Amino acid sequence: MSVGLRPGSRAERSMAASSAFVFVFLYAPILVLFFYSFNENDNVGIWTEFSFRWYGEMFQNDAVMGALRNSLVVALVSTVVSTVLGTATALALERFRFRGRGFFDGLSYLPVIIPDVTMAVMMLLFFVSFFRLLAGAGMAFEFGLGTISLSHIAFNISFVAIVVRAKLAQLDTSLEEAAADLYADRWTTFRLVTLPLIMPAVLGGALLALTLSLDDVVVTSFVSGPGATTLPVYVFGLVRRGVTPLINAVSVVMLAASISLVLFSLVFQRRGAEES
Amino acid sequence: MVVGADVEEVAEATPELEQEAERAASRRGMLIAAPSAAYLILFFAIPLVIVFVYSFARRSSTGATVLDGWNLESYRRLFDPLVGEIALRSFGLAVTTTLLCLLLSYPLAYFMATRPDRIRNVLLVLVMIPFWSNFLVRTYAWRVLLGSDGPISQLSQLFGGEPIRILFTNTAVLIGLVYGFLPFMVLPLYAALDRMDWSLVEAARDLYADGWTAFRRVTFPLSMPGVIAGSVLVFIPTLGAYVTPALLGGARTTLLGDYIVSQFLAARNQPFGSALSVAVMTVMLGATVVYFRRGGRTL
Repeated sequence: MSVGLRPGSRAERSMAASSAFVFVFLYAPILVLFFYSFNENDNVGIWTEFSFRWYGEMFQNDAVMGALRNSLVVALVSTVVSTVLGTATALALERFRFRGRGFFDGLSYLPVIIPDVTMAVMMLLFFVSFFRLLAGAGMAFEFGLGTISLSHIAFNISFVAIVVRAKLAQLDTSLEEAAADLYADRWTTFRLVTLPLIMPAVLGGALLALTLSLDDVVVTSFVSGPGATTLPVYVFGLVRRGVTPLINAVSVVMLAASISLVLFSLVFQRRGAEES
Repeated sequence: MVVGADVEEVAEATPELEQEAERAASRRGMLIAAPSAAYLILFFAIPLVIVFVYSFARRSSTGATVLDGWNLESYRRLFDPLVGEIALRSFGLAVTTTLLCLLLSYPLAYFMATRPDRIRNVLLVLVMIPFWSNFLVRTYAWRVLLGSDGPISQLSQLFGGEPIRILFTNTAVLIGLVYGFLPFMVLPLYAALDRMDWSLVEAARDLYADGWTAFRRVTFPLSMPGVIAGSVLVFIPTLGAYVTPALLGGARTTLLGDYIVSQFLAARNQPFGSALSVAVMTVMLGATVVYFRRGGRTL
């Protein structure tokens, strides 16, 4: 493995230095944020003393807690629905030939490619037109958690499908064929053979969907209604007006949540790898 | 002979039977695809068509969108010098971000790929943590870091320097974008270098190539799929970036992302905003076609 680099050579040392620099670059801002979130002072820049004051205020802030609850509801709903639909998409595209497959293949990739600003514009205009149509039929709908969830599912299906497809493509089909030879019907084969084999990818896709849903600012801010925003959109609105110690605390909690999700999934994957 | 007849009966697959089986498989495939296909058509394909339709619409005197009197006015405005300036600025920023990410990521990816397994796994986790962490929060951290009373500014003043004033400039946006999308470059590069056949580098060295020549003629060309995949993964989101410029950029540094958003929230020119979206989407699709032709699905 050390073909490319002689240990202790100048090339190796400069590469190590450059890598160290990148890691400092990646982690310094996060650590500074962490450090500042424990500052007691109202002014972010002036350090007075260590305290949990802003964490306490965060939990008593109704707007923050309401937005957090909305975020969790949307993330949960969109993750569950998009994981099921995304896995079905992956199965259909990797294991079957059918009419319209090419069109569906392209359609399932597009939401990944399209920038979120464009996706936001699409969803806004769609819901505006759709609601106008429904209003004509005497039905009233408005922007809120429903429109946010529907939009998140629309982009999450594709991400789940891509992750699961990659796994299905490298899977040995002979195991599925063996099950069929032993008189397992298709549903049983899927339930007892295919699904357990692709489970790590399905969970990986679900984690990606959860993260994307909890991260999204642009699409959500276009389709959220009055009084029904998610935590990132609420924080984004606050941040545009300025840096406050309360946002520091909220940010650290959001970071901690995503980092523990990743570590949890890594541990889970490693255990899965050891078993198989 | 009864047994033999039985075997024959099973073995004989008529073209009709084969076709029947194929049709059944096709039906099953469609059945499995149907719910997601319906969802994506309703909540993705139709919205896409609506944006396209809106881009040809007319604006009333009050600025509301009127869906008749179809015209090309919005597309004509795309050739406005102001739009050209914004597009050029966004494009330049996206290219600079991509190059900086490549420059920072390549040595790291190479370093990771040449480490022993245990160190490599630790480094990989260290790259993946920011990759999965909340993007908004990571951008916000730079707002704290670069602020006029932030730590960098205070440090500079401590040593008798000037307070730092790079927040709300293009430099701040560039730093934020490189920071935000760096992991998107490292991971495909690492994947390409990890998969590479290192015996080819060894062969080059055996044939008296020096380290630099072996890198230039063997390693780098072999890592090209990773370079392309990483570049596309960084370039596409930076070209349409909205959050980073909104938090770190100033009023005079409009980019495509916030320009499109402002057409819907502030200026209320939906047809023009739609035409801009269509144009940006077309560029992205072009870039992606290049990705699939050249690099392929490396991530």
